[in-house]
Amino acid sequence: MKFDTPATTSPIDQLKFVGRPLDRIDGPLKTTGTAPYAYERHDVAPNQAYGFVLGAGIAKGRIAAMDTTAAKAAPGVIAVVSTLDMPRMAKGRMNIAYLFGGAEIQHYHQAIALVVAETFEQARGAAGLIRVDYAREPGRFDLAAAAKTAPLAGGDSDEGSGAPPEDRFGDFEGAFAAAPVQLDETYTTPAESHAAMEPHSSVASWEGDKVTIWTSNQMIAWGRRDVAMTLGIPVEKVRLDSPYVGGGFGGKLFVRVDAILAALGAKAARRPVKIALTRPLIANNTTHRSATIQRIRIGAGRDGKITAIAHESASYNLPDGKPETAVSQTKLLYAGANRLTAMRLAELDLPESNAMRAPGEAPGLMALEIAMDEMAEKLGIDPIEFRILNDTQVDPEHPERPFSQRQLIQCLRQGAERFGWNRRSAISGQRREGQWLVGMGVAAGFRNNLLTKSGARVRLDKSGVVTVETDMTDIGTGSYTIIAQTAAEMMGVPMEKVVVRLGDSDFPASAGSGGQWGANNSTAGVYAACTKLREDVARKLGFNSADAVFTDGVVRAGNREVPLGQAAGEEGMTAEDVIEYGDLAKRYQQSTFAGHFVEVGVDAMTGETRVRRMLAVCAAGRILNPKSARSQVIGAMTMGVGAALTEELSLDKRLGFFVNHDLAGYEVPVHADIPHQEVIFLDEVDPISSPMKAKGVGELGLCGVGAAIANAIHNATGIRLRDYPMTLDKLLDKLPQPA
Amino acid sequence: MRPFTYERASTPAEAAAIAAHREGARFIAGGTNLLDLMKLGIETPAHLIDVNSLSLDKIEPTPVGGLRIGALVRNTDLAADERVRRDYAVLSRALLAGATGQLRNKATTAGNLLQRTRCPYFYDTAQPCNKRQPGSGCSAIGGVTRHLAVIGASEACIATHPSDMAVAMRALDAVVETVKPDGTTRAIPIAEFHRLPGDAPQLDTTLERGEIITAVTLPPPAGGRQFYRKVRDRASYAFALVSVAAIVQPDGTGRVAMGGVAHKPWRVEAAEAELPRGAKPAMAAILNGAKPMPDNAFKLTLAERILTSVLTEAKG
Repeated sequence: MKFDTPATTSPIDQLKFVGRPLDRIDGPLKTTGTAPYAYERHDVAPNQAYGFVLGAGIAKGRIAAMDTTAAKAAPGVIAVVSTLDMPRMAKGRMNIAYLFGGAEIQHYHQAIALVVAETFEQARGAAGLIRVDYAREPGRFDLAAAAKTAPLAGGDSDEGSGAPPEDRFGDFEGAFAAAPVQLDETYTTPAESHAAMEPHSSVASWEGDKVTIWTSNQMIAWGRRDVAMTLGIPVEKVRLDSPYVGGGFGGKLFVRVDAILAALGAKAARRPVKIALTRPLIANNTTHRSATIQRIRIGAGRDGKITAIAHESASYNLPDGKPETAVSQTKLLYAGANRLTAMRLAELDLPESNAMRAPGEAPGLMALEIAMDEMAEKLGIDPIEFRILNDTQVDPEHPERPFSQRQLIQCLRQGAERFGWNRRSAISGQRREGQWLVGMGVAAGFRNNLLTKSGARVRLDKSGVVTVETDMTDIGTGSYTIIAQTAAEMMGVPMEKVVVRLGDSDFPASAGSGGQWGANNSTAGVYAACTKLREDVARKLGFNSADAVFTDGVVRAGNREVPLGQAAGEEGMTAEDVIEYGDLAKRYQQSTFAGHFVEVGVDAMTGETRVRRMLAVCAAGRILNPKSARSQVIGAMTMGVGAALTEELSLDKRLGFFVNHDLAGYEVPVHADIPHQEVIFLDEVDPISSPMKAKGVGELGLCGVGAAIANAIHNATGIRLRDYPMTLDKLLDKLPQPA
Repeated sequence: MRPFTYERASTPAEAAAIAAHREGARFIAGGTNLLDLMKLGIETPAHLIDVNSLSLDKIEPTPVGGLRIGALVRNTDLAADERVRRDYAVLSRALLAGATGQLRNKATTAGNLLQRTRCPYFYDTAQPCNKRQPGSGCSAIGGVTRHLAVIGASEACIATHPSDMAVAMRALDAVVETVKPDGTTRAIPIAEFHRLPGDAPQLDTTLERGEIITAVTLPPPAGGRQFYRKVRDRASYAFALVSVAAIVQPDGTGRVAMGGVAHKPWRVEAAEAELPRGAKPAMAAILNGAKPMPDNAFKLTLAERILTSVLTEAKG
């Protein structure tokens, strides 16, 4: 199905199932611990052996020698696969770091050996017996040092918003110089880890020349292709299966070494092998979000209208890598006749930087939305009014391109009302409750809506059960449920009559889970397949498909009514289709918007910041399931608290690795850090987006939260922090001296 | 796997004797720290002596009006004990500031005292660490040191002791009771129990080989107002950047012990004479001689401000 004109009325608009806050259909499996995650797939292949991955102990250099003799002789060991056993393996299209093979070390904890044994403990114990001699080489580890001479680099994140190396519109420098009110500040964000609860895990089994990998991966079609490329086998010889994913956040968009080494290990051991990366490997072996250094300049008239805006960002990656596209939202979020964005990419010898939830916008807004707060303060305008003053309903660089929907103003206004913004003192440092300095902050949330083709297969059986199959994944987001809601709505059957099967590369390729595109695109693909099935059923029954009504398990046309199962017949019926998109994304800018509101308390003596209240008002098209969407948004807001206050991969710039490589050292928020969170979805449908009229929310909930917290800290204390995470040591010297 | 043997001891003296004679023996009680370290290959015991059945799980009054806490009393139980909450509030508060409910349910009094540093370089077996591998060097010095020691450290080690409980016990003048392999007993004032790193940072305590903790004794209640103020980046489940255990008397005199700043719970009794004059002179005396790293120098400011906060509250 080609979607190239705005959606009109369809069965989806009945909203009997779609749009309702239904419980997750996979909820009971999750809460009873019976949803099989990759490492628990004991039943899929017999006689599984355990693999343990050894990571390199240096960041840059070569392996001069590796002695695996003792490991091979250790009890229970079946095989040892060394990186020296083979030349460097080919890279998958989405990978930047090489995953395995050869003597060269590109980054710390790069996989250098796999031990396969009868038990996990035996494999781990034997891995500890491997002796490695390294030839260290000096590495480049410092972004601040490298940023000065780093070349301009464009790119997209593969998960969303891109930007060219440098983008100019109008005359930024001239307009900025002429602006009566100016801001020129630099902001930094640290390296961050996805820190998903489930580590990267895979079970691999060979049958002849065909490998099946039960894994934990967000993007099955990418993964299948990249496994094939890395192993050097035809894509038809690879099957991936990933029905449940215990958190991804972008860290499982790509094939990682767990899958590749499970395949190599299974070949070496001649039996199935399972691998979970250990927690200490996650930070340095897998991908992370690059640190950024961002300079923002804004010029405005005394009336508060922005006349010039520039956003430049530096990030790092390994050779052949891409930048963190932190400037992309600045092309679209605010008006202004003179604009400049630029990205610099430093080549560093750190682990691979790659997409993490809302790549680009998440760190970009952490900077831009502080800058907007600062600018509002300089202008003496309320920060909400300043944003509203500079709202744009069109792409600022292409005024002929309107936003399909843009309710940022409504998000901010409604949020202000709900949050009690009028109780915020415009002068900072005014409100004190005991030891706490209390303040409120706001930020705009923005994340693009991305369209990508997505397929599904729908089967109807004689009992009227509708089975949906697609390689779409559910990474905790609620995909199972919204796909079932879509199929129930389209086929006119209750939820109990829908079976959803996900994550298998034998199923039609879908959009996958990333870039908050999963919900809209995957359900649109299911819509397409169901539309086809409806037509087939109508045709089979001799109905005019336009007249056929699918409801309550029957198909009705005129005065004739046939149970759906009967229509399917003994053999059942199957339809498959793909949603594909025309040029609506070119003609319209499609984005999602939010107003993020935060109240913090800062301990006047110790500088500890604790979030007291949070509110997100989101405008993101039709909300397919308000319950699972809310879960997505509060989870993202929680991630925003971490990004603002605690999360930082601490880099040892001498040795080139992130030292806090466990969940004790890398501090994601705990329950005690998270207060009451409220989410409001504005009533919005976006017929430009897809037949579902939906967009995404999973990343929108994160975008802007960090800056709202920073702005609240400023409102509470009068201290303007521009370097994340905003830990107490950055506040201490600026807080009032004790009496 | 790294094989180890396991046995249950039935008396402290027996446990100590086994530990003295078996190479690479370790006691195991709650295991909340030891098992993690074994999984990471940092601790590689050849023999585990399970002491959980030693009947050291009582909290009893002492003849002089203090409290004797069995080595196996779980952190949860100790924090909840009515006498502790009433008479030694600083201890209860310190315990509840540590770890999580699940960990406190398992962790024991003796085990808490014996937990090892959380220095990230100690935890990464690819990096040199004098505490993990004597003589290999310290990779933390010059690296990421935000959480590490600002005082009492050495060129061999700048690790901190992670316990909250021990900091409160230091303020309370607790005494650690032990049994040695020959069956004799010892009472070690807590001030002498934990060591500074010096040139032997592999030794966290002054315990001798095989010596086993049987109890921690608290002297009669110290009175005063008791505080445990732990400051960290997130609100729970994190080690202290700086913590302050304080007992402040109505006349302004008192005691202060600190966590997060040194290789042991840090207390300078002589400096406490400054307390009535305020936090600034007191903390200056307590942290006299501090040698922070650039990324942990903030601990000095933080320590003073915490003490200011505590003394203000004590007056209120």
